[in-house]
Amino acid sequence: MAEELYGALAEFRSPEDLLAATRKAREAGYRNLDAFTPFPVEGLDRILRLPRPTISFVGLAGAIAGAGAALIMQFYVNYDYPLNVGGRPIYAISAFAVVTFELTILFSALAMLAGMLWQNGLPRLNYPVFGTGRFHHASKDRFFLCVSADDAKFEAAKTLAFLRGTGALSVELVPG
Amino acid sequence: MSDRSDILPTRQSMGGIADQLTGIPLHFPVERRWLIAMMFASALLLLLMVSVVELFTRGVGIWGINIPVNWAFAIHNYVWWLGIGHAGTLISALLLLTGSEWRNSLNRFAETMTLFAVVCAGIYPILHLGRPWYVYWMFPYPASMSVWPQFRSPLEWDIWAVLTYLTVSLAFWYTGLIPDLAAARDRATRRGWQIFFGITALGWRGSARHWLRWSQAYRLTAALAVPLVVSVHSEVSLLFAVGQIPGWHSTIFPPYFVLGAAFSGFAIVSIIAVALRSWFGLENLVTDDHLDVLGKVLLATGLMTGYGYVFEVFDAVYSGEAHELQTLADRFVGAYAWTYWGAVIFNFTPLQALWWRVVRRTGWMLLLISVSVAIGMWLERYMILVTGLYRDFLVSSWSHFTPTFWDWSTYFGTIGLFLVPFLIAIRLVPMISIFESKELLHEEKEEQQHG
Repeated sequence: MAEELYGALAEFRSPEDLLAATRKAREAGYRNLDAFTPFPVEGLDRILRLPRPTISFVGLAGAIAGAGAALIMQFYVNYDYPLNVGGRPIYAISAFAVVTFELTILFSALAMLAGMLWQNGLPRLNYPVFGTGRFHHASKDRFFLCVSADDAKFEAAKTLAFLRGTGALSVELVPG
Repeated sequence: MSDRSDILPTRQSMGGIADQLTGIPLHFPVERRWLIAMMFASALLLLLMVSVVELFTRGVGIWGINIPVNWAFAIHNYVWWLGIGHAGTLISALLLLTGSEWRNSLNRFAETMTLFAVVCAGIYPILHLGRPWYVYWMFPYPASMSVWPQFRSPLEWDIWAVLTYLTVSLAFWYTGLIPDLAAARDRATRRGWQIFFGITALGWRGSARHWLRWSQAYRLTAALAVPLVVSVHSEVSLLFAVGQIPGWHSTIFPPYFVLGAAFSGFAIVSIIAVALRSWFGLENLVTDDHLDVLGKVLLATGLMTGYGYVFEVFDAVYSGEAHELQTLADRFVGAYAWTYWGAVIFNFTPLQALWWRVVRRTGWMLLLISVSVAIGMWLERYMILVTGLYRDFLVSSWSHFTPTFWDWSTYFGTIGLFLVPFLIAIRLVPMISIFESKELLHEEKEEQQHG
C-alpha cells in the first residue's frame, strides 16, 4: 500500500502553529512539503522555500503582445483602407494611443489569469487531499501541512509520529 | 495602519464567517424578499425588452433626439452607468494596492455592481447606432467590402475601451472569487451546489504555492485596473472634447469625469452596502465603521466633483469665447437650467450632512444621501449633453430636446438589466469576500495579542 500513498497530512489550529510545524519539518530534513490554508499566510513561502512566482513576466509578455497587436492592427487597417479626413495624417500615433493602451492592459490581464491557472495546474477537479476526512476545513478555519510521499525521508509511520509531535490537532495519511 | 484595528469586531471566529457567508447562497435566508425584488427587476427588464423591440422596429425616431440634440439619453445614460461602474474597480483595485483593509467587506459586491453597470452602459451605444445589427462593423474583420473600421475615430475607441473594461473587470472579479467558491464548495451539502461550486472553484485547494501565484496575479491585475478605470472615463470625456461643441472642451474634463464617476459609483456602493447589510444581517461584517468610511469617501469625491463645477465656470469665463459664455449662461438660466441647479442641489446639498459622524454611521441617512447623489449625477450628465447641444453655433439650428416615453422606458429598463443579474449573483456567489475577511480578522486578533 505504501507506494499508493500521496503523503501525510497534519491539521493545525492557527497560522502560527502551522508556521512553527513547517519550520520543524524543514529542520527534521523534510523537503517535499506543501501547506493548505484558508487565506494566504505571510512568511509561509519563505519557510517552505518556494520559488518566487513568475506571473509578472507573463503579464509583461502579455502587455508587449497587446501593444504590438494593437499597433500593427491600427497601422495595417489604415494602410489597407486609407481615408483622408481633412488632410489629417493616416498614421496618427496620438489617435492610436487609446486602443493601444486598452489592448495592452487587456492582453496583460488575461495572460496573467491564464498563466496563474496554468502554473497552478488548475482547473483540476480532483486532487488526492480532497479524499481525506478533514480537508474541507482548509477553506474554513484550519491550516494543513502535507508531507509528500515522494519525500526522501518519508516513512508513513515515522512521519505521522513526527507530525503528531509538532502539536497537530489531527494527522492522517492521504491515499494517492 | 492604526485605524484598521477595529474595522471588524474581533469576537467572531473565522469558521463563523465562513459559515455565515457561504450560508447565504447555500441556505438562502431571504427567499421571499428576494423573489419580490426579482419580480420588480424582471418587470423593468421586460420594459427594456419591449422598448428595444420597439426601437429596432421603428428606429431611433421614437426617441426625442433631433438635430442638433442628436445625442441625448443614449449617451447620457451610457456615461452615467459607466460612471457607476467605476467605483467598483476603484474600491477593489486601488484600495487593494494601498492596503486599505476596510475594502474587504465591500469589494465583492462593488465588483459585481461594476460588471452589470458596464453591461448597461455598453448596450447604449449599440442601441443608438440606428442600425444596431451592423454593430460588428466596429470590429476589424476581413470584410468582403475591404472596408476597415476607422481607428482614428473616437467612437471606435469606445468599443475597445468598454469591452476591455468589461473583460478585465470580469477577470479580476473571478480571480478574487475562486478561493471563496472553494469555501462554498466545501460547505455545500446538496448535490447541485456541490457540482456548481465544484466546477466554478476549478479545484482550488488553498495550497501555499497556489496562494503565492494567485496573490501576484491578483495584485498585478489590480495594478492594471486602476489606470484602466482612469483611461476609460477619460476616453469618454475625450469623446466629448474631440467634438467642437461649446462647453465640452475644458481641460478639467478628464479628471472631472473620472471623479464624478467615482462619486456616483460610491453612492451606489453605499446603497447596496446598506441594503445587503440589513437584508442578510451582515452588521458584523459591514460595520458602522464601513459606512463611516464610505461616507467620508463620498464626501471627498463629492467635493472634488464640486471643484470641477467651479473650474468649468472659470474655464468658460477665462476663455472669453462667445459660445462658451453662451453655453454657460444657458446652463445657469436657460431652458435646461433645472438640470444644472438640480445637479448642484442633489449632488452637494444633502452631501454636507456627511460632515457629521452620526449621519455617516446611520444606514438610512447614508442611503438617502446616496440616492440623492445618484439623481444629481444623472442630472449632471443630462446637463452636460443637452445644454451643450441645444444651442450650437447657428441660431437657425437651435432646437429643444424633450425625452419621450421610449427614452424613459429604455432608461428604467436598464435598471432592470442591472438588477436582475445582480440579484442572481447575490443568490449564487458569496457577496462578501470570505478569505479576505478571515485574513483581516486574523491580523486584528494578532494585533490585539501583541499590543
